Amino acid sequence: MSEKKFSKKHEWVTLEGDIATVGITKHATEMLGDIVFVEVPEAGKSIEKEGQAAVVESTKAASDVYSPISGEVTEGNKAIADDPSSVNGDPEGANWFFKLKIKDKSELETLMSKDEYDKFCKENPS
Amino acid sequence: MGYKRVIMGVQKTALYDLHKSLGAKFVPFAGYEMPIQYKDGIVKEHISTRTHAGFFDVSHMGQFFLEGDETLVESLEKIIPSDLKSLKVNHSKYSFLLNESGGIIDDLIVTKTNKGFCIILNAACKENDIKHISKFLDKNHKYFLNNDLSLIALQGPKSVEILEKLIPGVSELKFMSGNNFSYDSESLYITRSGYTGEDGFEISISNKKVKNLINFLMKNGVKPIGLGARDTLRLEAGLCLYGHDLTEKINPVEANLKWAIAKKRKEVGGFNGWNKIKDLLTNGSEKIRVGIKPEGKVIARENTKIFSSNGEEIGFVTSGTFGPSVNRPVAMGYIKSEFSEIGTSIQLEVRGKKYEGKVSELPFYKKSYVK
Repeated sequence: MSEKKFSKKHEWVTLEGDIATVGITKHATEMLGDIVFVEVPEAGKSIEKEGQAAVVESTKAASDVYSPISGEVTEGNKAIADDPSSVNGDPEGANWFFKLKIKDKSELETLMSKDEYDKFCKENPS
Repeated sequence: MGYKRVIMGVQKTALYDLHKSLGAKFVPFAGYEMPIQYKDGIVKEHISTRTHAGFFDVSHMGQFFLEGDETLVESLEKIIPSDLKSLKVNHSKYSFLLNESGGIIDDLIVTKTNKGFCIILNAACKENDIKHISKFLDKNHKYFLNNDLSLIALQGPKSVEILEKLIPGVSELKFMSGNNFSYDSESLYITRSGYTGEDGFEISISNKKVKNLINFLMKNGVKPIGLGARDTLRLEAGLCLYGHDLTEKINPVEANLKWAIAKKRKEVGGFNGWNKIKDLLTNGSEKIRVGIKPEGKVIARENTKIFSSNGEEIGFVTSGTFGPSVNRPVAMGYIKSEFSEIGTSIQLEVRGKKYEGKVSELPFYKKSYVK
């Protein structure tokens, strides 16, 4: 599996072959608070980089989740739609949002490393 | 994501530094910097209020005092449809300020005092309210907003046991009544009331002494609760939030709050908007506030459009969230009266997609007041 990469919109992505796994970051869940609703995309949906892909809602507000990379969705994580609060527990591991078959691996190069993302969050506090 | 901060001209309550030390996240609210949540988060704060006890700093609300002779009652009854004449000293009523067409300028709690009345006003409305009220007063009526007082709501099933230890006698108060008590060599006013659906108290205490009170409460396991959980608690209890569920364009009949208009006043009238309200009491209103239960997990937030099962647009949501105690999404909104029967199937348009829902009884969570 590739190194985890991060977007400015607080999504993470890992790559295995040409299949990317996308979720939201721990920092995002801390900003959101208690997650009470998740909508994940259906398999077969095409999504452009930075396109709206999923929805996450906390007790406070609804937010869109964007795809950090272009591709066709192969799977949405039904488990988190059934148990939205699980995302607060382990956002960067088991509780990914969707997987997609990517078109252009080079898009990953525009994303941040873990260190770069941590720095980005410190410089852009909510 | 995140919250915008307003630096200029923002007001703070006497407990601001304490909130900060407790890890509060602040939001600008009605010109005040107020805690939306603390470290535990909204769901835990909500649950601990329902199962134990929580305190809320509601000092941004207006504590408005009026003094005067019997003509004061007459003046206030022109804009407040309660039976203020029969209200006994230390008893409170939920009511509203009405404009000329019967629209709700603010919702409030009015308490009879020895010298007149105390009215608790919403923070965002208080200045406008006072302008409106003062138009109806005579020269011999005195009025003032007391900014030297904080207001603390202590809510939850353990509230009575904990507060009784500090201030003996409070357990004898019944819901919607109050009295003067003494604490820390000062007099303070306590009512048995609140806005969460739980038993509890609202404590009016000087800004100087409020920190001591909070320290005592926290030593006894009372958790700080932010505006976020205040909202989920009041919505589960079916209670309205001004500016959302109630506005100047909504009257008490439409708001399904006709119970708050005193029986005598319904018969005799003599208050702002009486003609309109009398007509609506007899003939019913075109639209009415109802509870809404979306099916599944989707949250229908404010401004969500409501449709009938054959696709006719019939209303809109005014408050919607996830209810932690009922463990499901809940909402309130206005719909055409012919669709207001409990159990009616409706559709809710969220992000362009229609979701099933039902008109529901209010409250979603059973209240436990001590009457």
